[in-house]
Amino acid sequence: MGSFMIRRIIYAIPALIAVSLISFLVIAIPPGDYVTRLAEMSAAAGDVMPMAEQEAMRKAYGLDLPLMVQYWNWISGVVLRGDFGYSFSFNLPVKDVIWPRLGLTIVLSVASLLFIWVVAIPIGIFSAVKRYSAGDYLATFLGFLGLAIPNFLLALAAMYIAFAWFGVNVGGLFSPQYVEAPWSWERVLDLLGHLWLPMIVLGTAGTASVIRVIRANLLDELHKPYVTAARAKGKGEFSLLMKYPVRHALNPFVSGQNDIFVDIVSGGTIVAIVMGLQTTGPLLLDALRTQDMYMASSFILMLSVLVVIGTLLSDLLLAWLDPRIRYQQG
Amino acid sequence: MSTFDETTGQVAPAAKTHQRGRGFDGHWALVWQKFLRHRLGVAGGVVVILAYVVAAIPEFLAPVTLEAYNPAYSYAPPQTLHLGRDEGEGWQFRPHVNAYKSEIDYNSGRRTFVDDESQPVDLGLFVEGESYNLFGFIPTNRHLFGPVIEGQPFFLFGADRLGRDILSRTIYGTRISMTIGLIGVALSLVFGILIGGISGLFGGVTDNVIQRLIEFIQSVPAIPLWIGLAAAIPASVPPLQVYFLITIILSVLGWTSLARVVRGRFLAMRNEDFVKAARLDGCGPVRIIFRHMLPSFLSHIIATVSLAIPGMILAETALSYLGIGLRTPIVSWGVLLQEAQNVRTIASAPWLLLPGAAVVVAVLALNFLGDGLRDAADPYSD
Repeated sequence: MGSFMIRRIIYAIPALIAVSLISFLVIAIPPGDYVTRLAEMSAAAGDVMPMAEQEAMRKAYGLDLPLMVQYWNWISGVVLRGDFGYSFSFNLPVKDVIWPRLGLTIVLSVASLLFIWVVAIPIGIFSAVKRYSAGDYLATFLGFLGLAIPNFLLALAAMYIAFAWFGVNVGGLFSPQYVEAPWSWERVLDLLGHLWLPMIVLGTAGTASVIRVIRANLLDELHKPYVTAARAKGKGEFSLLMKYPVRHALNPFVSGQNDIFVDIVSGGTIVAIVMGLQTTGPLLLDALRTQDMYMASSFILMLSVLVVIGTLLSDLLLAWLDPRIRYQQG
Repeated sequence: MSTFDETTGQVAPAAKTHQRGRGFDGHWALVWQKFLRHRLGVAGGVVVILAYVVAAIPEFLAPVTLEAYNPAYSYAPPQTLHLGRDEGEGWQFRPHVNAYKSEIDYNSGRRTFVDDESQPVDLGLFVEGESYNLFGFIPTNRHLFGPVIEGQPFFLFGADRLGRDILSRTIYGTRISMTIGLIGVALSLVFGILIGGISGLFGGVTDNVIQRLIEFIQSVPAIPLWIGLAAAIPASVPPLQVYFLITIILSVLGWTSLARVVRGRFLAMRNEDFVKAARLDGCGPVRIIFRHMLPSFLSHIIATVSLAIPGMILAETALSYLGIGLRTPIVSWGVLLQEAQNVRTIASAPWLLLPGAAVVVAVLALNFLGDGLRDAADPYSD
């Protein structure tokens, strides 16, 4: 297990390097930078920004250096000093902005993942055991629907229902008085009070696919001879189910968690923008619109790192669950 | 269906009850027969075909043109369709909707609309309306349905901020939303077949490198990257180019699942007897791939393609909704949903979300179709 872990962690390093390159280049290569943006804005306001001033600004921000030098300055700062560069539009170091936001993104993503497990595993098992029952059809139908409704549409519909039927405005992750407040017990409770709706919205698509995976895998297992053998030995139906076929069926489910986690982090961006959550999504969009490059790159980088770490954890979990994988690759 | 054999303790497949019409059906006939047995798949296929018909002739199907607007009907709610009415001579079949009585509430500054039963708007088929060019070159002014008297208010899906008919705009949006998935997937398919084919054909180090690359791309959160790329399109780029750039952006990350399928099939088939036989007969690699291998996994590719389209449609809708995808005058379902930006607007005009229903129906239908095709792609199992 130890050597497998080390090997797997080493494998993650090239992925991290590639991710950092992509996050930087996606933002830096397209024409135009923050200074052109500022110049456009002042031009729109009827002002002219002298070329000399623009050049001076570029120099001050280091935007005139070759791309690879800029990349190196940025990534070495990130890795060695935890310094993500400077946010032009916030006039703050990016690290002051990014960490609280990233923390909430992680909280929301993990909450959605737990929601998926808690809801989808029992329903998936039920669907497989009671195949072709009314409940199975209902679960399958809802599953398809969950896959077909875009996240942001679900978010809009949920907000509309909450607003029109219950009279609550459910934007954001905090009540107004707690948005800027320091962490306290009340703030945590307030967060929990707001978290459930985005959690459900974000978890729907994942729930649908997990139900399908578990149902299909369990159906493959349920009619195998070992199940009949255990049943013939007089084992109770429920403990039999939990002890053998369900454990078997969970393996493909665990290896599928990467994709689900990627989808949660990825889809969370849009849900957060629509619902005005204090996570990374809305700031990323703002940063992209204003060409606040270090901010945008850092957000994309950290979201991708989050995903790489999630993949690593799920691989380790799978290796721990299933010795065959450990020995094959370790 | 399978039965449990008590004596051997093994599960034996049930005897085939399905009788085929002819003794020796070809591959595609078998695929077709198996597909027809997947009812949801067939239903999905019908809806998908209808959607592409709508995409081909929205000008004819929509009651009014895309840009028709009337500020008097700003945020008019959807009308109810009545099938007939009683005008003193008993109930008669006369489909109609009722015109609006509108009042302006000066306190809130909002216009409220009430059904006006005294002013029915009669509806008809093949009515005359605004003129357009069918398929771009047949000038006509017939519309499939609409008010008999041109210009009367007819808003089955309600109206938006500028008093434009949401139903007509949703019908027009079908064209862009349904084709962007198709073009995006076609591009992905080119990448996928090329890269997956190379990977499967050469194997070894090449295969390993390409597989790691695919794993890496699949592990990158797509939406932040899509947002990043889409936001980089300058505002000065003409709308049609934006459309193509967006399809390219979508397929940059979208080709991986297709490449995986192609590679898997190549690897599985490389050592099949008929491929060996072809090789021994002196066929070159190109002929082996296109003449012998491709036909036997084409059905799998078609299935994967139809499962890849919904993802593209959903991604385009989301990007356009955020305002960094397509933009007017090009109208897709996502562009229409831009109108529903905040809760208060939606609360006062929930019908602005109706284009979203079109997205859900299209994605559901494509998923069902894809599921059916995937099951049918391998007609020899079961």
